[in-house]
Amino acid sequence: MDTREKDIENLKDYKYGFTTDIENIKAPKGLNENIIKFISNIKKEPKWMLDFRLKAFERFKLLKEPDWQKPKYPKINYQDLYYYSAPKSMKDKPKSLDELDPKLLETYNKLGIPLQEQARLNGIAVDAVFDSVSVATTFKGELTKHGIIFCSMSEAIQKHPDLVKKYLGTVIPTTDHFFATLNSAVFTDGSFVYIPEGVKCPMELSTYFRINASETGQFERTLIIADKGSYVSYLEGCTAPMRDENQLHAANVELIALDDAEIKYSTVQNWYPGDENGKGGIYNFVTKRGLCKGKNSKISWTQVETGSAITWKYPSCILKGDNSIGEFYSIAITNNHQKADTGTKMIHLGKNTKSKIISKGISAGFSDMTYRGLVDINSKAKNSSNYTQCDSLLMGNKCGAHTVPYIKNKNFDSNVAHEATTSKISEEQLHYCQQRGLNPEEAVGLIVNGFCKEVLQQLPMEFAVEAQKLVGISLEGSVG
Amino acid sequence: MKEQLKIDFNKIKEVSNFSNRDIEIKKSYLNKFIENGFPNRKQENWKFLDINQIISNNISDLSFYNDYSIENKIDSSIFIDDLEHNKIIFINGRIEKIDFSYEDKKQIEIIEDSYTNDKSENNNSLIDLNIALSNKHSKILIKKGYSFKKPLIIYHLTNEKMKSKNINLRLDFELEQNSTLKLIDFFSDDSEKNFMNIFYNFNLDKDAILKNYKIDKSLNKNLKYSFNNINQKQNSISETFIFSAGSDYFKNEINCNLKGEYSSAFINGIFSLDDNKQHEIRTTINHLVENTKSYQLIKSVLGKNTKSAYQGRIYVDSKAQKTDGYQLSKAILLDETSEFNAKPELEIYADDVKCSHGSASGSLDDNSIFYLMSRGLNYKQAKGLLINGFLLDVIEKITDAEIKDLLKKMIGLKK
Repeated sequence: MDTREKDIENLKDYKYGFTTDIENIKAPKGLNENIIKFISNIKKEPKWMLDFRLKAFERFKLLKEPDWQKPKYPKINYQDLYYYSAPKSMKDKPKSLDELDPKLLETYNKLGIPLQEQARLNGIAVDAVFDSVSVATTFKGELTKHGIIFCSMSEAIQKHPDLVKKYLGTVIPTTDHFFATLNSAVFTDGSFVYIPEGVKCPMELSTYFRINASETGQFERTLIIADKGSYVSYLEGCTAPMRDENQLHAANVELIALDDAEIKYSTVQNWYPGDENGKGGIYNFVTKRGLCKGKNSKISWTQVETGSAITWKYPSCILKGDNSIGEFYSIAITNNHQKADTGTKMIHLGKNTKSKIISKGISAGFSDMTYRGLVDINSKAKNSSNYTQCDSLLMGNKCGAHTVPYIKNKNFDSNVAHEATTSKISEEQLHYCQQRGLNPEEAVGLIVNGFCKEVLQQLPMEFAVEAQKLVGISLEGSVG
Repeated sequence: MKEQLKIDFNKIKEVSNFSNRDIEIKKSYLNKFIENGFPNRKQENWKFLDINQIISNNISDLSFYNDYSIENKIDSSIFIDDLEHNKIIFINGRIEKIDFSYEDKKQIEIIEDSYTNDKSENNNSLIDLNIALSNKHSKILIKKGYSFKKPLIIYHLTNEKMKSKNINLRLDFELEQNSTLKLIDFFSDDSEKNFMNIFYNFNLDKDAILKNYKIDKSLNKNLKYSFNNINQKQNSISETFIFSAGSDYFKNEINCNLKGEYSSAFINGIFSLDDNKQHEIRTTINHLVENTKSYQLIKSVLGKNTKSAYQGRIYVDSKAQKTDGYQLSKAILLDETSEFNAKPELEIYADDVKCSHGSASGSLDDNSIFYLMSRGLNYKQAKGLLINGFLLDVIEKITDAEIKDLLKKMIGLKK
């Protein structure tokens, strides 16, 4: 058994292993009303929250698992999953970096992630001097000064019930599709952000700093509210490869931008993609939706998707307020046996709304990549416009790249433009780079980074540098 | 509907002279259709325009039996005078006349084929319906090296005798090596509330050239569905042009299999719609071998309460390196109530390919209107000029000069 498999084996042990630790409470397997009540009870949630969950569960029972997507996966037995388990205690976690998979460490080094961070990512206790708790505390102080609320979802339900009650489920209702509804019923934790009126958030918010909810489990729920005239940039995930024990991830992310507010949401996802033969890996079935509720509001999604065995998500914008803007920038890279079906939905409801979609897909190895998007211009959305560009790059003839855009224009005042191309890296470009002394892998890295540049530019500075390296690493071994 | 279908099928069985084996085949397709019914929006291909709903809204008492024994009078005023041509005339779905007077009859064969040879696999219930209920299965064979001297026009005519009927037509074309066929489908209706279902199957051998022009111009309240299946061998060329305007509902579906190297397919289409019309073009181009090419250009001009949809799919097999695929759809929306839908789809499994698609929709450009009006045109003229220019682009793609001229005259781009 190679080290990687051993590693996965170990992870499995965690999942089903029996621990005597009192702190580690696990709900029994299965999905039923009692489990939901159990989750709600253990989190000491108010009655309205439990009702919210039960309502979603009622609905869930009526729904069928969708099957129209391109990547197929073995049937999931929803009764065979754990829906609640408390965060692991220190005892279960690796004691030092030496216990980790060397391949993982190698990638960390290539990305240039500091040792301290490497340890933190794997839940290893960090020594006191570098304790990130203190860093987080400093940030917390700064945020409180501006009246910004940034905490875990469970905390928000306890401390800011009015806000949660007012906004939770308004963008992704409990009656939404299969996975979103499942999440509404059983979500365990996630992030909550509220930016008060007129406040420009002084720093990039990131789950990274919100350590009290470092383990949010497979059903994450995030809610971000930007009140009138505010601005926030939120980062999710990190470039470092994440090993997660849960195979299915069905998170819900809701964004709400009121009048003149702007939300920028950036994701870098590098979860376990399975091995070279397509064994294992995470299913990333996430529902992300933003509502431009107020006038002149703006929501911008940026994503760099390199991990997961199957990525299946469509971060969307509902442009309800007049003059609102929606943007979507995406890089999706699939290698080996990875599969991705991703894209966006731009739903124009208000007048003078604008949206822009830039999607770059790169597939290599035996992978399959699909861009699926919807641009829907309602008859009331006068004078709105959309521009879509989706480009795909293929490496080798064992992979596939597909583009499935849906365009619905019901307004004669509006303009919709869509462009898509599919090509491979040209021999000339490769030859030119190699002539200048780059080896083939470096040359491909350079060309691919140029291909992705438009999207990488949208990422916050510190992220962009790492993401650029990540793009190169993800394609390793695909040249030749 | 089920009962009606069974009754009508029995009637057809009695009057027809199909072999028992054919009847069995037809019956199995009928059962398949009964099971699935008319396609509806739950099926991806019918997402934009749901034919099940459209039929039930427009035709309340659809019947499937047509009496083909009675001869219809041919109204020769409908014929296209400007062009010398061969004719096949369908009136109410019945072949009234076949006239190949311009051609060498030894080079063309018309064969009454048997359904037993039919191996079409599909999951399109309208094709099932067509095979089950069409009264004849004729095949036109063009022999090796023969080129049609004059175009063949198939007139699809209906008269007022027909109401709430379903007509199913089926024609096969076999183009042997290095042969050429220019085919015009001309639709003209004096009836209303009927549903026509036309299925053509083309087999193009090496170096064969097919040019198919579909002209649906005269205003009518019928619903139409047309399916062209085109199989192409090495070096063959198919060109399809669709002028989609007259019927209340018209869906043109083209399925093209590029099975031979250096084969190419061209599809060009115009939607010119007004007053509650709903039209769709759906294309599937399967690039199955190396060095094949496809080109598609679809333009829409949409008036009051109209809806047009374009679904184009380019499939590139992993063997089909050096594929060149292109799709472009453009629409001008003239009214608040018009709607344009597009789904240009690429499915690519080979890396050395050049595939792209584009789609754009919007209103007429105000600046251009202003420019023309400042030159002395009134608003209506300016609008007309811009629309004509927009559509001319597609007409210019027609490779046959005579037919291009004919179409320009018909659409009013040329006097």
